[in-house]
Amino acid sequence: MSNLVTNAGHAHVDDHGHDDHHHDSGPMTVFGFWLYLMTDCILFASIFAVYAVLVNNVAGGPSGHDIFELPYVLGETALLLFSSITYGFAMLAFYRGNKKGVLSWLALTFLFGLGFIGMEINEFHLLISEGYGPSRSGFLSAFFTLVGTHGLHVSAGLIWMAVMMYQVNKHGLTNTNKTRLSCLSLFWHFLDVVWICVFTVVYLMGTL
Amino acid sequence: MFGKLSWDAVPFHEPIVMVTIAMIALGGLALFAGITYFKKWTYLWTEWLTSVDHKKIGVMYVIVAMVMLLRGFADAIMMRTQLAMATEGSPGYLPPEHYDQIFTAHGVIMIIFMAMPFFTGLMNLALPLQIGARDVAYPFLNSLSFWLLVSGVVLINLSLGVGEFAKTGWVAYPPLSGLQYSPGVGVDYYIWALQLSGLGTTLTGVNFLATVLKMRAPGMKLMDMPIFTWTCTWANVLIVASFPILAATMALLSLDRYLDFHIFTNELGGNPMMYVNLFWAWGHPEVYILILPAFGIFSEVISTFSGKRLFGHHSMIYASGAISVLGFMVWLHHFFTMGSGASVNAFFGLATMLISIPTGVKLFNWLFTIYHGRLRITSQVLWTLGFMVTFAIGGMTGVLLAIPGADFVLHNSLFVIAHFHNVIIGGAVFGYIAGFSFYFPKAFGFKLHEGWGKAAFWFWISGFFVAFMPLYALGFMGMTRRLNATTNPEWVPYLYVAMFGAVMIAVGIACQLIQLYVSVRDRKQNMCESGDPWNAHTLEWSTSSPPPFYNFAVLPKANSIDPFTEAKEDGTAYQKPAHYEPIHMPNNTATGVVMGALLTVFGFAMIWHIWWLAIVSLVGTIGYFVVHAARDDQGYMVPVDVIERIEAEQHARLVAEKKIPANRVETSLEQA
Repeated sequence: MSNLVTNAGHAHVDDHGHDDHHHDSGPMTVFGFWLYLMTDCILFASIFAVYAVLVNNVAGGPSGHDIFELPYVLGETALLLFSSITYGFAMLAFYRGNKKGVLSWLALTFLFGLGFIGMEINEFHLLISEGYGPSRSGFLSAFFTLVGTHGLHVSAGLIWMAVMMYQVNKHGLTNTNKTRLSCLSLFWHFLDVVWICVFTVVYLMGTL
Repeated sequence: MFGKLSWDAVPFHEPIVMVTIAMIALGGLALFAGITYFKKWTYLWTEWLTSVDHKKIGVMYVIVAMVMLLRGFADAIMMRTQLAMATEGSPGYLPPEHYDQIFTAHGVIMIIFMAMPFFTGLMNLALPLQIGARDVAYPFLNSLSFWLLVSGVVLINLSLGVGEFAKTGWVAYPPLSGLQYSPGVGVDYYIWALQLSGLGTTLTGVNFLATVLKMRAPGMKLMDMPIFTWTCTWANVLIVASFPILAATMALLSLDRYLDFHIFTNELGGNPMMYVNLFWAWGHPEVYILILPAFGIFSEVISTFSGKRLFGHHSMIYASGAISVLGFMVWLHHFFTMGSGASVNAFFGLATMLISIPTGVKLFNWLFTIYHGRLRITSQVLWTLGFMVTFAIGGMTGVLLAIPGADFVLHNSLFVIAHFHNVIIGGAVFGYIAGFSFYFPKAFGFKLHEGWGKAAFWFWISGFFVAFMPLYALGFMGMTRRLNATTNPEWVPYLYVAMFGAVMIAVGIACQLIQLYVSVRDRKQNMCESGDPWNAHTLEWSTSSPPPFYNFAVLPKANSIDPFTEAKEDGTAYQKPAHYEPIHMPNNTATGVVMGALLTVFGFAMIWHIWWLAIVSLVGTIGYFVVHAARDDQGYMVPVDVIERIEAEQHARLVAEKKIPANRVETSLEQA
């Protein structure tokens, strides 16, 4: 992933003249997306802080220890981490010019992501049906907010990925698609990093 | 079908509101009729609303800011009148539930919809020109940011006639802003107006950071960037670091209100004080976002009109950076009374006092810039000098409030109101007005009338002192903020004086409107289309006014902090290159307008719980964006003959104004 960014960075040539600033706007777009991701990072940081403040406010309801099932969450985690690997293979296929490879790896990534979201919805559904919905306590509100915000991001990533598969299929391995897949790549791996924090702070620290 | 929305939402029984709405409707109708009569809709749509040109977007930002200044000031003068009337048992003319909406709207409008777009507009106009760029890094995103701001503006103004606005004060602390104590739509208007415009601001921050980091003129080092660009850059750093906190906070408050979460509630383990912390973790950096660009404008004005290089350019940059970093470490001083204990309060008190050091550095830099210069006392300089005096007082009362013990006495009193108006009006607003008249010729090619500008300054500054000095006294006398009626006879004279001050400021604003009218009417006498009316230092003045849409026919080179002054001194300014090359420019697009409109509908639907409409408009927004992205518009090339024609006009102007001799040997910048 970091290779990608470095490559993109090198592609930006400052001294190749004055009049075609906009021609290869790819590296600039990726850079701006980096900046956007940092704002997203602060958004998550705020919600993590909120979770840390509210984690013990169970208001007579269950604590994390009572409701989290680590093996299940480990499954979710595995899906998401594998989806990062498969996304990486999609980008490698892109650089080799293998359109079919890109599409298949993206499809596999999409399925992994979809599986993650499905498992998360199932977990939420089970909790709510047991009466442990977000309205039950401050802790559960913060839990649903934090995990749900991550889930919303993953869902947005899935929509984006579906659009990109359509685009790659229709227009092929163009520069524009390279830029956009690079941005989505950053986004996807970023969500992985956030999930590792969620897994640690919410599930591991909540059950151990 | 329409959620909570019904005809009851329109306050027919409130004459003040209905008359205001009627006036707005008449004004809007007149505007609509005027544009239709003069057949300007196509022009407006193709040249302005769908434009991705940073200069035009900047102008639109400033127009929105000035309209909102009038709206916010109308709120202000209503409050001062109410407080002057509602003494010793008289109820005044504004019922409490209306008065509460007014002070909330005043705060939100002045900060979010007046000051923010004013700064953003000036930054849009000047920053890319200052660094010798042809546009911002992401022109379409810039247009989208603007239209997101407009969405917020539309929503907050809709609340006047459809439903109500928040009655919580501009900070909207829970539990008051929670569903239990604010069951109406007021807080929802607040949330969505802030959420949409805040998203726009975040994107602006990202956009302009990428612009200064990636698009500087060849040769321009970071530390050589003009000071206004630098202070805006620090403001943008603060934006990308703090606005996500606001977005998170508003989203969490929404969850409490819409889905029965318990994050900020009193019961079931919620924590209202966490909202206060989060709000100010955004809110304090926010005030530096407002003031830093104003510092930049004052610096440009002082160095330009002193005819000198800015004293301590680098120390100015470091001081701005220090203020930015410290600005993130002081938020708790807004609620020393929360009860965090002596050690925590002492830390935040000291951090707050530390900020006065880099601010002092700036003040001395301005003084030393004036020292041994030949200061031309223009209206912009008057605003700057007025700022230096006023802001010093506001800064000192700020240091006073930073002492936790003193703050326990003065918390939530009018002393606090006086303090932050002292720094925001005397700092940010004076700076924006100075910037407005400083950059007006750059945007339109003619200068503003100086006499009316100076009259506006004198009314503004004397009105400010008359209006707000009594509030310091009233604070010491125990008057708290957000009262809609008082019973203490000792306060009455001060309240009268404060109201009189507000009237003086109103006269100042009237002078500004007259100044605009007179300047447009007599523009032929004040033309300065060749581009350098003030004999200024930086690159934005080296191009014509208004600049051609591509800004610079050939990207300028910059090797110092005042590249234009140096070029003028060694005779290389206005050099015509041997030949031009085609310029790549982005196409205009309606996507920003359409997405802004759809998101306004989305916000409105969320406020009124019209779920189907919310889903339709949100899906529509995303769908429209995907279609826009699929078009993958690569822009177009400006052909050389067009550039040659435009540059020949500018050349003729420069010759006519004797800025360059007609027969100068043309050399090539390429070889330089």
